[in-house]
Amino acid sequence: MAQDTTLNDAHAEHEHHELPTVFGFWVYLMTDCIIFGSLFAVFAVLHDQFNGGPTGKELFEISGLALETALLLISSITYGFGMIAAHKGQIKSVQMWLGLTFLLGLGFVFLEVREFAGMIAEGAGPDRSAFLSAFFTLVSTHGLHVSCGLVWIITLIVQLSGVSAISERMMNKLTMLSLFWHFLDIVWICVFTYVYLASMI
Amino acid sequence: MSTDHSAHEGSSHGSVSSYVIGFILAVVLTVASFMIVMGHSMSPSGTLTAISVLAAVQVVVHLIFFLHMNTSSENKWNNNVFLFTLMFVAIFFVGTIFIMTNTAEHMMSR
Repeated sequence: MAQDTTLNDAHAEHEHHELPTVFGFWVYLMTDCIIFGSLFAVFAVLHDQFNGGPTGKELFEISGLALETALLLISSITYGFGMIAAHKGQIKSVQMWLGLTFLLGLGFVFLEVREFAGMIAEGAGPDRSAFLSAFFTLVSTHGLHVSCGLVWIITLIVQLSGVSAISERMMNKLTMLSLFWHFLDIVWICVFTYVYLASMI
Repeated sequence: MSTDHSAHEGSSHGSVSSYVIGFILAVVLTVASFMIVMGHSMSPSGTLTAISVLAAVQVVVHLIFFLHMNTSSENKWNNNVFLFTLMFVAIFFVGTIFIMTNTAEHMMSR
């Protein structure tokens, strides 16, 4: 690290946001993209294998989907405002926006869990058909990512309390969580389009 | 140099206006795809094509306005890794559909 600082001394001030940790996290996100890509491929192959069980058209409700989508979309812009506050060094404001993002994300996970519980109670669990296995695997992998993001948000809110200035290390953490959160929103675009809306046509 | 730098900072971290523009575009695109599906005014294949196009556009909107992707040299490696991943996913996604459809036809399972 010390050597790093001397080597990049001339550029350190100008390129503080171009650190290898953030790039490394970007590479992780791309591998995550491959996981979701393969789960989407599985769903694409199995989306019409109902085995006499319920179809997507019978199971999915557009109002619940619209609400889940709205929560995630709004949580994206609240996180964005949090990042802007972080660049201005307004710690209280960052915590407030992150808290709001957390609540919106929690609402999303709550709605999703309720939807899953309802489906399983109706006998449309992941063991009913290949379509439902693929559906639960894909959508719950996304939900699990969002849940991990929620833990991460809480961690950063706690770490931000009691500090007087946002360190470069903290800024990196916030930047990486920003990439993670917005990436999950992109995955959700594909989920609501190809899993839900395409089944309701 | 310093003005260049600050302009760059703005684009790479995003400003209130860029987040709001991205958000409005995302809302419009999302609402449009929900309306198309709920309206049942197009043929099934037409609807699928329309919502696919809307989703693709929205992914690009999110990448630019929320993930701050751009073509600057600073982002060269991020973009290279992204393009490689895109190519990789495209090959195995299309390949999977092709092989599994072909297998299903020969096995007469559909």
